[in-house]
Amino acid sequence: MLNFILLIFIYIGIYAIAAMGLNLIVGYTGLLSLCQAGFLAIGAYTTAVLMTTFHMGFWESMIISGFIASLFGILIGIPTLRLKGDYLAIATLGFGEIVRNVILNWDSVTKGPMGINGIPGPSIFGTTLSSMDKPAWIVIIWIFVAATYYFIRRIIRSRVGRALEAIREDEIAASSMGINTAKYKIGAFTTGAFLAGIAGSLFAAFNQSVAPLTFDFMMSIMILCMAVLGGLGNSFATIVGAVIIVLASELPRLMGISHIIPPQLNQILFGLILVLMMIYRPQGIIGRIKLNYAKIVKEEISDLEK
Amino acid sequence: MPLLYTQNLRREFGGVIAVADVDIEIFKDSITGLIGPNGAGKTTLFNTITGLDFPTSGHVFFKGEDITELPAYKITRSGIARTFQNIRLFKDMTVFENVMIGRHFRGNNPKIVKNKFLNFILGRIYVKKEEKDIYENSIKWLNFFNLLDMRDEYAKNLPYGKQRELEIARALATEPEILFLDEPAAGMNPQETDSLMKTIKRIRDLGITVVLIEHDMKLVMNICDKIIVLNYGKKIAEGTPSQVQNNKDVIEAYLGKTDD
Repeated sequence: MLNFILLIFIYIGIYAIAAMGLNLIVGYTGLLSLCQAGFLAIGAYTTAVLMTTFHMGFWESMIISGFIASLFGILIGIPTLRLKGDYLAIATLGFGEIVRNVILNWDSVTKGPMGINGIPGPSIFGTTLSSMDKPAWIVIIWIFVAATYYFIRRIIRSRVGRALEAIREDEIAASSMGINTAKYKIGAFTTGAFLAGIAGSLFAAFNQSVAPLTFDFMMSIMILCMAVLGGLGNSFATIVGAVIIVLASELPRLMGISHIIPPQLNQILFGLILVLMMIYRPQGIIGRIKLNYAKIVKEEISDLEK
Repeated sequence: MPLLYTQNLRREFGGVIAVADVDIEIFKDSITGLIGPNGAGKTTLFNTITGLDFPTSGHVFFKGEDITELPAYKITRSGIARTFQNIRLFKDMTVFENVMIGRHFRGNNPKIVKNKFLNFILGRIYVKKEEKDIYENSIKWLNFFNLLDMRDEYAKNLPYGKQRELEIARALATEPEILFLDEPAAGMNPQETDSLMKTIKRIRDLGITVVLIEHDMKLVMNICDKIIVLNYGKKIAEGTPSQVQNNKDVIEAYLGKTDD
């Protein structure tokens, strides 16, 4: 049972990283993206292929996975220059499905529907971790969660964050204020994809296997739910959202009644949570935290005066 | 040479010709009024000049350079700012933040140091210096409009007249050489309009050229050095306020033709 709870917290961490990345795209920049699972898949498969076929170490594979995912982030970021709202969401949805289908059919590299098994665990301080070493995994993954949180916080509290907020508020006004909206939008997509790539890489190394069916549309929706449930535009809320969604989806197994309740119930539960949220608390459980940039900048420049 | 001029500027939407081969000239330190009945193509002309829309044909020249094809953000960076007919503030941001965004692109990191490592170390200081510049200039522009005591208010909570002023403050924070105002007095009461007239003159006195679209004839006739009249996308008259007031075509466009 303890093992199972540890497992849940490992998954929460992995999803939280991807969801915080998505929150940067959806919550802060205001672009609806439905392909976070696609970026996760790219990250996971890059790590899997690099570690099994090319026998690279985990840490360097992870960095490369992040960068490959962000390359695809640029690729999907370019149509966002022209598309808005629902149309952008459909384009990203299509992109996620393309990724899954390429992985499913590119047998020579991805081994198609069989997936890639036998991915070695990461080595750390001379020992190789396996999926059994759950406490160690929890520590590693939650260090990444903390790093991601800090990374996004730094972006949001800077001038870049201010520009992203302006773009979300009114893109036309932002561009007529001299802000290169295209650059910032692609930047947001790329960063969000990078984080999903890292999450995917951790996912692959922890499970020591990857299969194409994992990264389906439902996963993208699940990650989006985490961001929306906690509150868009709030990284801490996204982590809370990840905790709730993962717990909810594992609830039958946690309570030991998974033999009575079919797994499809998860999706009903998700739907119910979302509908109730939309009715009673559309801003999310915690909601957006509005930063006061005037105060932040004043603090930041206070030590400049000599 | 005019500061900004257009050459045969034309914008068609399907079969509708919103702007029909218009040539306008804007001279430095002047206040130019752009008037005409509803649907005359005034806002479309503004949009094509400021890069929010692209002309079907023709050119826009600013300081002698062709800026027709430039995207909006580059046009703003070259020194052209604008406001919108239907106020487009960042509603859920504070008054102060709105002006800060206006200054966002100014003072980009001065790459004095070529060495990447040194740049990385010094980067923090440069960032801070830029932020300081943004901060102080934002205060300057808020002071110009007496908005400083409302700095932490959300833009959407301001009274209408103040919102218009904030939008102008935000545009001025980009440090333009030429400012396009799209119906700045719309929805204002007579007192607010009077103070707006004074503000526009103060802006001109700063050395900023002003072009404005306006339906309030008192305002237009009082402060404009030159007036350009559009009707059905065509320029039908231009000149000083008194010349335009007595122009037969202008009277016809506004009041209709007599049937005799």
